[in-house]
Amino acid sequence: MIEIKNLVKRYGNNCAVNDISFSINDGEIVGFLGPNGAGKTTTMSILTGCLSSTSGSVTINGVDIFDNPLEAKKQIGYLPEFPPLYLEMTVKEYLNFVYDLKSCTLDREKHIDEICERVKLLDVKNRIIRNLSKGYRQRVGIAQALIGNPKFIIFDEPTVGLDPKQIIEIRTLIKELGKDHTVILSTHILPEVQMVCDRIIIINRGKIVADEKTEDIEKAVIGSRQIQLKICGPAKDVQTAIKGISGIKYAEVIGERELQSTAFLVESEPGLDMRRAIFNLCASHAWPIIGMEAVGLNLEDIFISVVDEQEAEPKKKKQKVRR
Amino acid sequence: MFAIYKREMRSYFISPIGYIYLAIFLAVSGLIFSLTTLMMGISSDITNYFTYMLISFFIVLPLLTMKLFADEKKQRTETLLISAPVSTTSMVCAKFFAAFSVFMIGFAASLINFIPFFAYASGNPDWQTILGSLLGLVLIAAAFIAIGVMVSSLTENQLVAALGTMVIIFVFVMISVFNSSIDSYFLRSILSWISVMDRYAMLIVGRFDVSAIVYFISLCFSFLFITVRVYEKRRWS
Repeated sequence: MIEIKNLVKRYGNNCAVNDISFSINDGEIVGFLGPNGAGKTTTMSILTGCLSSTSGSVTINGVDIFDNPLEAKKQIGYLPEFPPLYLEMTVKEYLNFVYDLKSCTLDREKHIDEICERVKLLDVKNRIIRNLSKGYRQRVGIAQALIGNPKFIIFDEPTVGLDPKQIIEIRTLIKELGKDHTVILSTHILPEVQMVCDRIIIINRGKIVADEKTEDIEKAVIGSRQIQLKICGPAKDVQTAIKGISGIKYAEVIGERELQSTAFLVESEPGLDMRRAIFNLCASHAWPIIGMEAVGLNLEDIFISVVDEQEAEPKKKKQKVRR
Repeated sequence: MFAIYKREMRSYFISPIGYIYLAIFLAVSGLIFSLTTLMMGISSDITNYFTYMLISFFIVLPLLTMKLFADEKKQRTETLLISAPVSTTSMVCAKFFAAFSVFMIGFAASLINFIPFFAYASGNPDWQTILGSLLGLVLIAAAFIAIGVMVSSLTENQLVAALGTMVIIFVFVMISVFNSSIDSYFLRSILSWISVMDRYAMLIVGRFDVSAIVYFISLCFSFLFITVRVYEKRRWS
């Protein structure tokens, strides 16, 4: 279990991490989500003992990372944003070096072979890292984190810069690792967390803005319902007519579309299907519907709304000061 | 700690830098040796050799230390070492000893110079003076390597690391030269206390000065200590 309490990190006047607390239970795969510069990497650096905190505490399985760093670091495998690879070494040499560095006690040959097999590195084991593609390098980075079989594995943006096929492979791999390790990964790609993680922590400007199970967030997503419509007809009349249907929360014009149609975004009350009602209404006015599409609110929207909400607050304050 | 030492040693000899260093070191030491002794009619006076060797350190040793941390930072492999269960002190020491070992390889090889010297030298070479000077050279090299380690930890550019090291070593070696033109007696005595050359001169002329030995060793320790602090400071900044 990793416990973070009231963690603060300041660089001069700039507060990178501002009083965050959470704990991660054994066996969880936690996604750490936030826009660039939100404080993800800083938090991870502190978790892995690469950086100190201004205040607050981090305990890894009961061991404080500041009081007893060597003991705490033994339980963590870390893949930083840029995989720390010595390009002039072969994969095998590199993994052996990491093995020695972590003063690992498992059976050397067997352990390294197992890891190579797991991350599919066996066929490039004797190649020099410099000559490997980005995807393979990333895997060597993951293999490095797995050496010593640490309980906790921390990945900082593990899929950045990979091609779509590699991204899927790495995600599958991480998901698999989650079966017998506790995994924390940071990313700014939403589908990634949605796919891989059990739990999502959204961080922005150094603060936690949401911390929920992935399922709960998905349920919240399905809860509200939006429909995009393309209707041929006088825009204003159509809009007022649609707004008149009971159960419609709002309808707005998005813009002109082809065939003199107008696009509308309509949102209904949760749990209602308004499509029939809209069809009947348009049929009675002889307004042809040429497009109707359900827009599921996805994580992106939630993310943006959560982040915007938080960003709006300080702005309002600033405006008040100016006045 | 041993793992880092081993990797560092490997990287010296997997890249050209280790060989370049050894080649330059052996060429320079051989050249100095023949110019100062063999070509001077094989005199048994070897003082000049040691003096010039010390000066040559200012050019060759930075080659050895420039990459130690600078390269690590540039390649972003530093995080691996910092996040590994290894203390900063042992990381710094491992790197220091790797550079020192390569120095010792070159230094040991350069001792071959003494074979013709002992065979043909006129007069009786003073064993104790030579051994004392050699010990002095090794300790000064250790101190200079520590300086190089420290400077390398400050930058990610190897060239900057090498030049910075040169400047600091240059100051330590050359203080005694500038010193004579300083009027203030007080200032002069402080500077001559710091001067590596003044202390080393004692060893060369055959006075086994314990305070010089202690000074060189503590110089080495101070710079390694500063390096450890540099790393701790970065964590806490």
